[in-house]
Amino acid sequence: MKATKVVSLILMLCIVNSISAQKYFSKTGEISFLSETPIEDIQAVSNSASTVFDLTSRKIQWAVLIKSFEFEKALMQEHFNENYMESSEFPKAKFSGEFLDPSSLNLNQDGTYSAEIKGALTIHGVTQQITTTATFEVSNGAIKGTCAMKAKVADYGIEIPAVVNKNIASEIDINIAANYELLQK
Amino acid sequence: MNYFKSKPLIWLLSLCFFVGTTNLQAQEEEEDLLSLLDEEETTEYASASFKTNRIINLHSLESTAAGVLDIKISHRFGFLNGGFYELFGLDQASIRIGGDYGITDQITIGVGRSSFEKTYDGFVKYKFLRQSSGVKNMPITAALLATTAIRGLRFQDPDRENFFRHRMFYTFQAIVGRKFSDRLSLQIAPTLVHRNLTKLKTEAHDVISVSAGTRIKLSKRVAINGEYIYLLPDQLLPGFRNSFSIGFDIETGGHVFQLHFTNSTSMIEKGFITETVGNWADGGVHFGFNVSRVFTVHKPKKKANI
Repeated sequence: MKATKVVSLILMLCIVNSISAQKYFSKTGEISFLSETPIEDIQAVSNSASTVFDLTSRKIQWAVLIKSFEFEKALMQEHFNENYMESSEFPKAKFSGEFLDPSSLNLNQDGTYSAEIKGALTIHGVTQQITTTATFEVSNGAIKGTCAMKAKVADYGIEIPAVVNKNIASEIDINIAANYELLQK
Repeated sequence: MNYFKSKPLIWLLSLCFFVGTTNLQAQEEEEDLLSLLDEEETTEYASASFKTNRIINLHSLESTAAGVLDIKISHRFGFLNGGFYELFGLDQASIRIGGDYGITDQITIGVGRSSFEKTYDGFVKYKFLRQSSGVKNMPITAALLATTAIRGLRFQDPDRENFFRHRMFYTFQAIVGRKFSDRLSLQIAPTLVHRNLTKLKTEAHDVISVSAGTRIKLSKRVAINGEYIYLLPDQLLPGFRNSFSIGFDIETGGHVFQLHFTNSTSMIEKGFITETVGNWADGGVHFGFNVSRVFTVHKPKKKANI
């Protein structure tokens, strides 16, 4: 009799445990950026960023291969990899952060939630602490996360030669979006 | 009795502890959440082995990107040993104006017109192997090049029976190379030049040569290039030499400037391989430059936004 109680307790604990450890992921996260100057606009997009978040541990992470960014002009893409991001030396950009208030997100209920996220953004081998606001849209169980932010080129040790100074903005607009799925593990 | 009563309690407590610790462990592992995702293996293709699709005179293993038009304006001044009277060759200039277009990332076509012997030329280059690592592992890049040249100069002897085919030259080249590091790229290329008409009967119609080319990157935007073409012996008349060129690539935004010294006057295969007369030893060298400017004519399709 007692044994059954114990077993049921253990089962309950296990269930609670598994629910609380729910993680969401995407491997097709989209990251795009835009450099806007009066001379020219430069934009690029990657559709193969990876991301995972876990509200229990409050953590959220992103990673993207620099070489996966596609530009309209092939030469820009080559310069981006060769001269600016040095992607053979620094192949990935990463973000590792946490939700400041994960309780504001209710993923079981449809709605639009905004969440403050703080963490370390690593681009071109340089890590900067940033705080940003992300939006999570839940509809019919599907979760879409988006975030818009800015990054200063100089903060990440990326040199822009004087010749093209007017062609590349000193601050880059970055847009991030992902359709999250439940991580089955 | 107490012993029996307390036993399940101990079990329960220890189980809670166990569950609790696994939970803790789980949280520690979450330090790197991304490691939970199976990293998808990708294939990474080597890019920018050379700054443009030419080393100096020779085609490099690079092709023009799909939808991109690369306009090239090239000059070779006169021989340096012309001395001050000729301002070290700057009084004369031989020019080629041409355009290359990438049909796909692997197929490039191009046309050009050289002032030297009023020659028109065209080429097709097909890069059939791409150096890559990852899922697909390929140690080398390889390309095939076929060129045609038409000499536009009036026939020297109008009384003789002259056919249009006498103006034609063909070149077939296999280019094999590798980007060894970010700095160093090397390629070799066995080449066959076919000349429909030669000056003397003793001259070979088919000229076989092997060329080698290299690029050493000095900084992000400057590289040093060199190329040498070895002609197999006893094919050409005495006086014709192996072509050797050395120069710099300087990149500024959409332009690549190539400044170099070469003992070849012509900028197309049949010329710089089979008609080089300059002698490096006595200053029979031209200063020259190629300017390359790319235009994106056809933009690749944009991916859909989420």
